[in-house]
Amino acid sequence: MFSQFLQFLFSGLTVGATYALAALGFTLIYNASNVINFAQGEFIMLGGMLAVFFTQAGLPLPVALVLAILVPAIVGVVLEKLAIEPVKGAETVTLIIITIGASLVIRGLIQVWLGKGTHSLPAFSGDVPIAILGATLMPQSLWVLGVTAVVVVALWYFFNRTLHGKAMLATSFNRVAAELVGINTSWVLFMSFAMSAALGALGGILVTPITLTSYDVGIMLGLKGFVAAVVGGLGNGLGAVLGGLLVGILEAMGAGYISSAYKDAIPFVLILFMLFFMPRGLFGGKSTDRV
Amino acid sequence: MKQATISTLMIAIISMMTPISSHALESIRVGAVLSTTGPAAFLGEPELKTVELYIKKINAEGGVLGRNLELISYDDGSDANKANSFTKRLIESDKVDFIVGGTTTGSSLSMMPLIEKAGIPFVSLAGAVAIVEPVHKWIFKISHTDRMAAEKVFEDAKKRGFTKMALISETSGFGQSGHKEALAAAKKIGIEILVDETYGQKDTDVTPQLTRIKMNPAIQAVLVFGIGQGPTTVTKNYRQLGLKAPIYQSHGVASSEFARLVGAAGEGVRLPSPALLVVGELPNSDKRKPILSAYKAAYEQQYKEDASTFGGYAYDALMFLVNGIKVANSTDKELVRTAIEKTNGYISTAGIVHMSATDHLGLDSSAFQMVEIKNGKFQIAK
Repeated sequence: MFSQFLQFLFSGLTVGATYALAALGFTLIYNASNVINFAQGEFIMLGGMLAVFFTQAGLPLPVALVLAILVPAIVGVVLEKLAIEPVKGAETVTLIIITIGASLVIRGLIQVWLGKGTHSLPAFSGDVPIAILGATLMPQSLWVLGVTAVVVVALWYFFNRTLHGKAMLATSFNRVAAELVGINTSWVLFMSFAMSAALGALGGILVTPITLTSYDVGIMLGLKGFVAAVVGGLGNGLGAVLGGLLVGILEAMGAGYISSAYKDAIPFVLILFMLFFMPRGLFGGKSTDRV
Repeated sequence: MKQATISTLMIAIISMMTPISSHALESIRVGAVLSTTGPAAFLGEPELKTVELYIKKINAEGGVLGRNLELISYDDGSDANKANSFTKRLIESDKVDFIVGGTTTGSSLSMMPLIEKAGIPFVSLAGAVAIVEPVHKWIFKISHTDRMAAEKVFEDAKKRGFTKMALISETSGFGQSGHKEALAAAKKIGIEILVDETYGQKDTDVTPQLTRIKMNPAIQAVLVFGIGQGPTTVTKNYRQLGLKAPIYQSHGVASSEFARLVGAAGEGVRLPSPALLVVGELPNSDKRKPILSAYKAAYEQQYKEDASTFGGYAYDALMFLVNGIKVANSTDKELVRTAIEKTNGYISTAGIVHMSATDHLGLDSSAFQMVEIKNGKFQIAK
């Protein structure tokens, strides 16, 4: 009985960690610009697909992985320069629509360039499952969980202990005030896109050995990541991670204990509950002016 | 992709030029609605490539009844609604003589009422039995059905002495229809389904559902009914949990891509497959072998990628239609339809086709080959 519960928990944590990485990307850009970047899922897809492409092109794995993070970061920056910055000051809804358009473009280009097939990467530390108290866990899941933890700590340090990070936070609280004290807010916007694209790509690479990748994986990951970000309270990094894990674990428990038929309904029921009873998410701020 | 566009263009140019140059006979217009983008693209793309390749070949060899074939194809983006409106366009503005397509069951079903009303011979490429049952006057299908797949699996399981099995099916149209047929077939053959689970097409982790199967020690074998990448995840998770009962899959994964993606976890997986996958192993006495080898060689030479069983269905549909036109010695829709319905002993890549007024499918489960993955390759199961 306990091993069954543990198995559901492991499953939930693994899936949840991938949602968490997606949710962190949403959070970063939302903080810097109040934009919900619906192209976030495509950065995840780009990471996985490019890692496959570069390794198949014969590059050694570490080089391929670095490139698979750098290229999406550049794509993120280009997206910001060409699509977001020219319409600075536009309504949030306009910006959201732009990001949806951008995601369609990225997905379409990859579909034409790399084809519609499904691809996989070899697991970083082999395929032998680790048995813990009767439940099993893949070594790759530990990579996903571990790297997510490292990213969270690194982001916490960046936002709380470095000047650049604080500048980004300040911009998210009040752009005008931040500009008045000399913060270059367009640089902040630029950085937030680069960082969240790199973060998404990193997540995409890590989960590819478990979940496989194809040109259209970004849609689902992006959607679940968005749910996780809202559950955790948009704009809160810790909330995004916990939201992701919560969504993942609830899904797994639901599939295990209730019925697999309702599994995908759980995150969406959850988001309805959140919006009814805690519209600012689990860890959202108390203020009411930023709606 | 680019090559495909160029070849489409070339076909278009050639077919536009022909009436002026050699003979003034009008070309035979073949309409197609295929899902070359969207989730079913991995089915629709080889289908379109196959149809394009063979129409070009047929025309180069002098066409059918001395007339060229002209392909008018649309991509429904794996959306049944679009399949319906493109069919309308094929019938009303393109005025096609024949139609192939409906990559997915959903698309085929949504195309059928229009085609039936217009009275155009139609050969579907999709899997579900619902397309030819009940029989519609103008609707034909010569690809395997999910019912045949389920029966083949349970017959094989019974032969190996399994009577208690688990079923895990996908929530896609393919999986839902397969789920229904599998339950019916299990009852008929005498297999007890002890655990009945589902998973989503894009799920990345299925261990909770599989844990429920693991908790039931009476289960002797598992049938996974899905298509595309989902079954890969199921198989990998299954091995991760250390489950030992043998896995059966459906013909939805009968592609070399599945064997490649699933890797070591796929060892020992059995599935009913069209013979194309194991053509090299077929005995020379098998009547399908020459057709299969020729199709495989032609496709792989043209497109430099593995021929898929789904492309094989498109080859069958087109050639079957051409055969009907030749037998009828006319392109009159009613005459061709009657000729098709009387087909007896036509050899397709799927099997030997025997149609009748009450059977517009004409295949039985012997058309499937039970194959097993060994050392990452499909082999005929013994």
